[in-house]
Amino acid sequence: MARRLPRKDVVIVGLGWTGSILAYELSRTGLEVVAIERGPWRDTATDFNIGTAPDELRYGVRHDVFLRPRQETLTMRNNASQTALPIRKWGSFLPGNGVGGAGVHWNGQTWRFLPDDFRIRSHMIERYGEKIMPEGNHIQDWPVSYDELEPYYDKFERVLGISGKAGNLKGKIQPGGNPFEGARSSEYPTPPMTQGYAQELFTKAATSLGLHPFPRPSANISVAYTNPYGCTMAPCTYCGFCERFGCANYSKSSPQTCVLPALVREPTFEARTDCEVTKVNLSGDGKMATGVTYVDANGEEWEQPADLVLVCAFSLFNVRLLLLSGIGKPYDPVRDEGVVGRNYAYQTGSGATGFFADVKFNPFAAAGSLGAALDDYNSDNFDHGPHGFVGGASITCAYTNGRPILYHPTPKGTPTWGSAWKKAVHENYQKVTNVGAQGSVMSYRNNYLDLDPTYKDPLGRPLMRMTFDYQDNERKMANWMAERCEEIAKAMGAKTTQVNRLNGPWSVVPYQTTHNTGGAVFGNDPKTSVLNRYLQSWDVHNVFVMGASAFPQNAGYNPTGTVGALTYWALDAIFDYLKSPRALVQS
Amino acid sequence: MTDMNGRLPRGGDAAAAARRKHAGVTRRSLLASAALLFTASGAGAGVVTKVLPWKPNEAYPVTPVVPGGYLFFTAQEAAIVDAFVERLIPTDDLGMGARDAGVTTFIDRQLTGPYGGHDWLYMQGPFSDKPLPSQGLQSPLTPRQQYRSGLAALEAYCKANFGGRGFVELKADEQDKLIGAMEKGEAQFQGFSSRMLFSAIYANTMEGYFADPIYGGNRDMVGWKLVGFPGTRYDFRDVMAKPNQAYTLPPVGLQGRSAWGGR
Repeated sequence: MARRLPRKDVVIVGLGWTGSILAYELSRTGLEVVAIERGPWRDTATDFNIGTAPDELRYGVRHDVFLRPRQETLTMRNNASQTALPIRKWGSFLPGNGVGGAGVHWNGQTWRFLPDDFRIRSHMIERYGEKIMPEGNHIQDWPVSYDELEPYYDKFERVLGISGKAGNLKGKIQPGGNPFEGARSSEYPTPPMTQGYAQELFTKAATSLGLHPFPRPSANISVAYTNPYGCTMAPCTYCGFCERFGCANYSKSSPQTCVLPALVREPTFEARTDCEVTKVNLSGDGKMATGVTYVDANGEEWEQPADLVLVCAFSLFNVRLLLLSGIGKPYDPVRDEGVVGRNYAYQTGSGATGFFADVKFNPFAAAGSLGAALDDYNSDNFDHGPHGFVGGASITCAYTNGRPILYHPTPKGTPTWGSAWKKAVHENYQKVTNVGAQGSVMSYRNNYLDLDPTYKDPLGRPLMRMTFDYQDNERKMANWMAERCEEIAKAMGAKTTQVNRLNGPWSVVPYQTTHNTGGAVFGNDPKTSVLNRYLQSWDVHNVFVMGASAFPQNAGYNPTGTVGALTYWALDAIFDYLKSPRALVQS
Repeated sequence: MTDMNGRLPRGGDAAAAARRKHAGVTRRSLLASAALLFTASGAGAGVVTKVLPWKPNEAYPVTPVVPGGYLFFTAQEAAIVDAFVERLIPTDDLGMGARDAGVTTFIDRQLTGPYGGHDWLYMQGPFSDKPLPSQGLQSPLTPRQQYRSGLAALEAYCKANFGGRGFVELKADEQDKLIGAMEKGEAQFQGFSSRMLFSAIYANTMEGYFADPIYGGNRDMVGWKLVGFPGTRYDFRDVMAKPNQAYTLPPVGLQGRSAWGGR
């Protein structure tokens, strides 16, 4: 029997990017806010100390800072005819855990989606006709426009101190930036990162091919910075330990560096760590949330009543919490009805690896967001007519790291061990670079999330089941992108190239991307969305759900910039809601 | 938090210990600042309010592996692993191989920690006997079980097929041929997948050869020197300022360098 705690104004589930921002903005107005986080408290000096942080085995290979699958995982299958089995060990994606969430271990690539991405269905049909839409798709326009989100992107970038170069300032194209981006109201808060030799070659080659390269926007910041919350950051040192690691330099934007120092001083804020929220509690008629139930580290159950419930876990776990709490109608792929779990999407990865002669790329001098990119093949920045697919990719030449357990490239055909392997590793470490395409994945009737009938977590609750595979549209797009990447790698002067195509079923084994989206999407129609345009539950109006679970389909970019913008967008709506609690959009 | 330090697992869970530790710290902070909240929210939660939890020297360091003897392997198992990893990464004109780099010690200590029991992984059944390749790891066998049973099966296979000789008594080219057959899953061991044993030793050898020397392998940073990885210097702004030039400083590990008294 859960013991009941004193009521709070706001309970927040999960203390990552979205949870910490909302906690700060709400508690500074005097509201009593409690954030409940299932992982431990983590901070730079204690947990990502310079004497412990740069440890590839511990963090990169054994996944020390990630959610442990023992605590929670998912089951997966490629299609509904198969039996889903648990992801026993993370591979394809790496969910975070603890205070800071995935904002601790991310690479920091902080993009704005393109204006066309927000109305992709209407736009594609207007330009190409219905015939371009892939079979079985659930592609939906977003319920917000780029212009509506722009001020919120700007705010998020300012809190993070993002390093970059504007390509479009108030409609005027700027040299050196991304000419395809939506109009920005202001320049990036800090200048772009220093680029390395591979990026220099990429930039020259892409320009010679008539493309438009630029330094990609980065949360590994280039200069010292103080953000609007008074949190201070130091310049990135290109140490090469970003992705999968906490930053010991206060150089990577994270809840720890950008929000928590301010948040923790708010006297009406409290965090409870090592406490797993098991459900959002509802009133008898199911129309209002009364708070949450959680289990603490000793296994004791507590009920935390609150007037407002903000679901701020990682996208996949937001969806599971809604399913376990009975908020919104679960998606049924057979009848193509219901909404929770609908429109799960992911991303494609493809590209080309170039092997060079007589170069020293120094891949260890790197950062999660170091890289030059181009958007000529993203979204609808190019004519899709001849290709017959929807979507696109950002193309990047980057070094996130040269950590040698996982990075010791050899050309195809090299033995996997022995003296010949050793020689090839020795000869190639400095001479390899990759031109990669991070591609969009559309939403489909057959890609979805629901509760698994067999496998349970340690608290006895069903795991979530993921049914996902790449569809023909995505394979076609990713493989076309791989050829574009190879053209660029060749123009860079690669002696030989290897094309990395998207073949075979999606697998949980090799790392691909942690950009899992959808399942609790926002929209204008309650029949095809869980949330209204303010990320408010259609069914339970004092529940708001943050994160990439709201994306109707995925774009060819890292999602965090858009997740942050949506958080500030929703925050304005939450302020309005608090004045007069109600459904902000009539269904 | 971590217990990757090569000690035998003790009763209880490292994560739970860390939770208690966190709770302890915050409890102290809390008593100083807001004692009422403590009684309100229960002892099982780490409660943070008003101040960041902080105690000097609270970083969770790795306990360095001290080479010498084996905690998991028997002498015979260690000899087989020594011989095996030496074929995967041999000593040659490019430097020490995996055996001399301490990879067997590395694997031994890893097997005694949480990795060896798959302590952090989802190990609830049922275990499917027909998983799809796309579904990844589905075996109920922990790394400790894989090594114990797998090495015994390898040894039995050698004795039966090489005139009573064990793996360490095979000639290098016989070992290479057998390892190649294990990699392809073509060697039929009694009661154990030869490919599973190969995969375990192969993955752990790469880890041990290239991981920080604090874990017992990569002696003298030989793996890092092979590729030119400078280790944990953590600041390469000088490299960014001088593109396409050789990096000349020697590598540094979590314990510094031998010239500084580290290993």
